[in-house]
Amino acid sequence: MPAFVDIHAVTHAYGGVEGLPAVEDLTVRVEEGEFAAVVGPSGCGKSTLMKLATGLQFPRAGTIVVDGRQVSQPVRMAGMAFQNPTLLPWRTTLDNILLPLEIVEPHRSRLRRHKAEYVEKAQGLLAQVGLKGMGDKFPWQLSGGMQQRASLCRALIHEPKLLMLDEPFGALDAFTREELWCVIRDLHAARRVTVILVTHDLREAVFLADRVVCMSARPGRVIAERKVDLPRPRDLEITYSAPFVDIVHELRGHIANARKAA
Amino acid sequence: MSAIPPSPSEFVAPAVPAVSAATRRRNRQLALAPWVFTLGFFLLWEVACRALKVPSYFLPAPSVIAQASAQYWWQLVFHSFHTLWMTLAGFGLAVAFGILLGLALGASRLVRAGSYPLLVGFNAIPKVAVVPILILWFGVGWVPPVLTAFLISFFPIVVNVATGLSTIEPEIEDVMRALGASKRDIMVKIGIPRSLPYLFGSLKVAITLAYVGSVIAESNASRNGIGNLIARASADFNVPLVFAALIALAILGVVIYVLTEMLENRMTGWAQRSQLAAG
Repeated sequence: MPAFVDIHAVTHAYGGVEGLPAVEDLTVRVEEGEFAAVVGPSGCGKSTLMKLATGLQFPRAGTIVVDGRQVSQPVRMAGMAFQNPTLLPWRTTLDNILLPLEIVEPHRSRLRRHKAEYVEKAQGLLAQVGLKGMGDKFPWQLSGGMQQRASLCRALIHEPKLLMLDEPFGALDAFTREELWCVIRDLHAARRVTVILVTHDLREAVFLADRVVCMSARPGRVIAERKVDLPRPRDLEITYSAPFVDIVHELRGHIANARKAA
Repeated sequence: MSAIPPSPSEFVAPAVPAVSAATRRRNRQLALAPWVFTLGFFLLWEVACRALKVPSYFLPAPSVIAQASAQYWWQLVFHSFHTLWMTLAGFGLAVAFGILLGLALGASRLVRAGSYPLLVGFNAIPKVAVVPILILWFGVGWVPPVLTAFLISFFPIVVNVATGLSTIEPEIEDVMRALGASKRDIMVKIGIPRSLPYLFGSLKVAITLAYVGSVIAESNASRNGIGNLIARASADFNVPLVFAALIALAILGVVIYVLTEMLENRMTGWAQRSQLAAG
C-alpha cells in the first residue's frame, strides 16, 4: 500500500545525462494528513523534491505515487507557496486568491455563476490568516508578511489535498515568521491537509511538523528521519522547552554531518 | 522681559505654515517653469534674429513664423490632419501586427530563435531607404506613408511584448502548472497582463517613430501631409512656411505622445507604483 505521497528510489538530474544528480535514490513517504518537513544543507535538492512530488519534473529513475496514482503530469490538486509570494500586481488580493479557481475544475466552470459563494470563501480564508477586509487592496499595498499570508490563501482556496511550501517564510523577519507558523499550524489543524514543508529553519520544522526528514548535501538523499511527538496543539512557548530544543539539536547534528561529508 | 518660556505648541505651530508656504511657493515655481522657459526660448530667438539682422529666408524670427502660420493656417491644419491620419493608420497596423508577432515570439522558443535574426536585420535597415521601393510598388499616394510608419514602428512593439512574456517568474508558472493550467491559461492569465506595461512603454516609442516614418514618406511620395508641405515650401524658398510647418509638427507630435501616455496610465496604473516615478 503506497503512502499518500510515495517517492521511491528516485534519482533526478538537471541538464542532460551527464549532469550531477540533484537527488539520488531518494525515498520519502508522507501519509495523508501528515505534516512533513524536509530540511537539509543548501543545494541538497529540497526544491527538486517539491517539483517531483507535484509533477513539475519527472524523475530519471524511480517511481512517484501521489494519492494512489503514478505521477506522469502536474498533479492538479497541489497548492504551492514559495519564499517569494508571487502575487500578480494587476489583481487585487482577493482576485489573486481566486486565481486557482479560474484553472481548477470543477470551480473553473462554476466560478462565473457562483462568484458570490467563492468570494465569501476567499473572505473567510483571509480572515483566517488575519487579513480580514484586505481583499480590495493590491498586493503591493501590503507588507511582505501580509503578501505571504495572501499567498497561503491562494494555495488553499481550491482545497488541495496536498500543500507544498518551499521556504515560505525565508524572507520574513523573526516575529512575522513565528506569527505565520501559528497561521500554518491552525490551517493544518483545521483542514487536515497533507503538508510538505521545505525549509532550512530547524526550529520551524520541529515546531510545525509531525516528522522531519533530513537530506544530505548534493546529490540529495535521506540521511535521517525524526518523528516529532510533541503534543498538539503546540504553543510558541514550546520552542523554549527542553524536549523541543533536544530535537532541534539532534537534527542540527545530522545537518552538520551532512555538510562535513559534502 | 517675560520669564515665562513659550509653551511647546508655540515652538511648533509657526514652523508648520512657514514650511508649507515655502513648499507652495516652490510648487508654484515648478508649475510656471515650463511656460516661462518656453516663452523665454522664443523671446531669445526673436531678439537674436532682430539684433543680428538674420534674414528671414535663413532663419525667420518667431514673429515672422507666426505671420506665415496665420497666412497659411488652412493649409497647415489640412496637412497636419493628413499626417496625423497617415501616422495613426501606420501605427494601428504596427500595434496589431506587433502584438501578434510579439505573442508568437514570447510563447514559442522555436519561433523566437528562428525569427529574431531576421527581425533584427530588417530593423537595421534605415526605413528612408525603403521609401523608393514603396513608391515603385504602390505609386505616390497614401500607401507609402502608412506603410513606412508601420515598418518603422512595429519592431519595438514586438520586442517589448515578447520580453513581457518571456520574463514571467518561474515560481508563478510552477503555481499555475501545479494547478493543471495549460500553456494557453498561463498566457492569458499571466503573460498578457504582465506584458501590458512593456507594450505601452513601447507604444510611446513606436508612435514617435511612426510619425517620423509618415513625414519622411510624405516628403517623397505624397501630394499631401506636412512632409509634402515642407518639401514644396522649401522648393519655393518659403522658409517661414517651412518653419511654421515644423512647429505644427512639434505640436502634433506632443499631442500624440500625451494621448498615448494618458492611455498608458489608464491601462497599467498598477505598474506605475515606484516612488521614483511618483517623485
